[in-house]
This record gives sequence, C-alpha cells and structure tokens, in this order.
Amino acid sequence: MGMTQSQLPANEAELIKSVCGGEREAFYELIRPYERMVYATAISVVKNPADAEEVAQEATLKAFSNLANFRAEAKFSTWLIQITYNEAKMKLRKAHSHLYESIDDPQQNEEGEFRPRDYADWRPIPSELLEENEIRQAVQDAINSLSSTYREVLVLRDLQHLSIKETSTILGIPEPSVKTRLHRARLMLRDSLAPGIDGCWVKGQPYRKVRAW
Amino acid sequence: MATIEISCVEVWREISNYLEDEISPEMRERMEAHFKACAHCTAVLDGTRNVVGLVGDGRVFQMPDGFSKRLHKRLQNLP
Repeated sequence: MGMTQSQLPANEAELIKSVCGGEREAFYELIRPYERMVYATAISVVKNPADAEEVAQEATLKAFSNLANFRAEAKFSTWLIQITYNEAKMKLRKAHSHLYESIDDPQQNEEGEFRPRDYADWRPIPSELLEENEIRQAVQDAINSLSSTYREVLVLRDLQHLSIKETSTILGIPEPSVKTRLHRARLMLRDSLAPGIDGCWVKGQPYRKVRAW
Repeated sequence: MATIEISCVEVWREISNYLEDEISPEMRERMEAHFKACAHCTAVLDGTRNVVGLVGDGRVFQMPDGFSKRLHKRLQNLP
C-alpha cells in the first residue's frame, strides 16, 4: 500500500492482492458487496434490465482484467462505478448512434426556478412498502422518467451515496452543477411520486400512477 | 434578533441543501421559521426527504435472478 494514504479497507487490499496474484476466486468475494451497486449504475444509464445486466457484467469483467492498474488512493467502489458508468455510456452511444444525446433532455434548462406542482401532504412511508414489487416499480418508473442529466446525478448521489466530489469526478461536471441537478432531480421526483393526484402509498394497494416528466 | 422572513421560492431553492445540512445556521433558522408557518413548504420538505429515503433504500433496483451465477460463469471463461 506504500506511504500514500490508502482509501481501502484492509480486507479489500488483501483481496486485490490475491486476485493480482492469480487467485481468481478472490475476485468474487471482492465484487460481491458491489454487484447491486454496479447493476443500479448501469440501469440508471441504459434504463432496461437486459442491457443493464450486460453492461454490469462487461464492466465487472473489465474491472477484473484491469485490477492491476487500480490505485489504492481511490476507493475501489468509486473506481468500479466509473468503469460501469463509462461502459453504460458506450452502450448507449452504440444503441443510439444516430441520435443526439440531448434528445431526451427537455428539462435541460437548469436556470429557471423550480416550482412544485402541488403541495400534497406526504407523511413518512413505511419502509416495508418497498418489499412490494409495485411500489419498487413506481419508484423506478419515476426515476426513469427523469432525463439522464438528472437521473445520473440522483443515482450516484442518493442511491450509491457517493459524495458531491466523487459524483462530479465520475460525471465530469463541476461540483456546483452536481448540487443544482441533484436538487432539481429530488424536487421533480417528489412531484412525480407525491400522493397528490393519483398516488396512493397505502399497504396492499398498488401505487396507481407515476406522473411522468 | 428577529429572524428575517423568506419567501416560499427561496425555501424551495434551498430545500436540498437544507436536507444535506449545507446551509448557514442563519438560513436554517429562517427556513425553520418558515416551515412552522407554511404547510405547503413543509409538505415539499417532507416529500423531498421521503424521496431521498426511497431512492437511498437500495431495494429499488433489484438484481435480476441468477445475475451472480451468470457473472461467475463469464469470469471462469476468461482466458
């Protein structure tokens, strides 16, 4: 690990050493805690489960092949997310090479003030609700209805819990933009999911409608 | 010293920073005074907090069944 400050927990450093020393099995253990994170990053960019799995797997294989290049000044998770994000963007470019990326970005304008659509009173959601498929689907639909500008920041920051700085590095955008977009993304998502018009956050009843953006 | 009142628009602008605790103590005080008086902004605050909680829960994006198995297989097949 040398004298530079390492960002790695001791067990990760050990595992990486083992993998680099030829123990392929150790890679499974290294990657296991991050599988879901890799998948979520992929799906936040490519949106559909089949492509997300392909991206997640390709990214993981790349991480394996390039592990010797990993430097311990970074967190392993951040490095892995960066690889996944790049892989997902590449997939998207291949799939839509005839389109410009901004085409799904009608919300590009980050300058104007955001006004909530309604003021529905939304008391805390019991977390057990997320055990229900329909509820998870409603949240996924709401996230997917955001344009990529907002979705990516939201996923890296609020789902993966990366810092503002890490998010800014991965996306290649300035920190103030991360903050602005995150803020906007959260308010838009609230507008989509707040139980004002059609929504219903009651156990045993499906969440009826996500208001798309 | 009396808290200086702020408008709803100013409150909305800062809600995310408020949740991240990235605002000055003065701004926090002004916002809290506003929330006490304004049910609309309180609803927006609660909802935004719920959204952050839902997204951050980690259960939203479930891995497809058999994901790890398929991944391990591909790793084994690498040269």
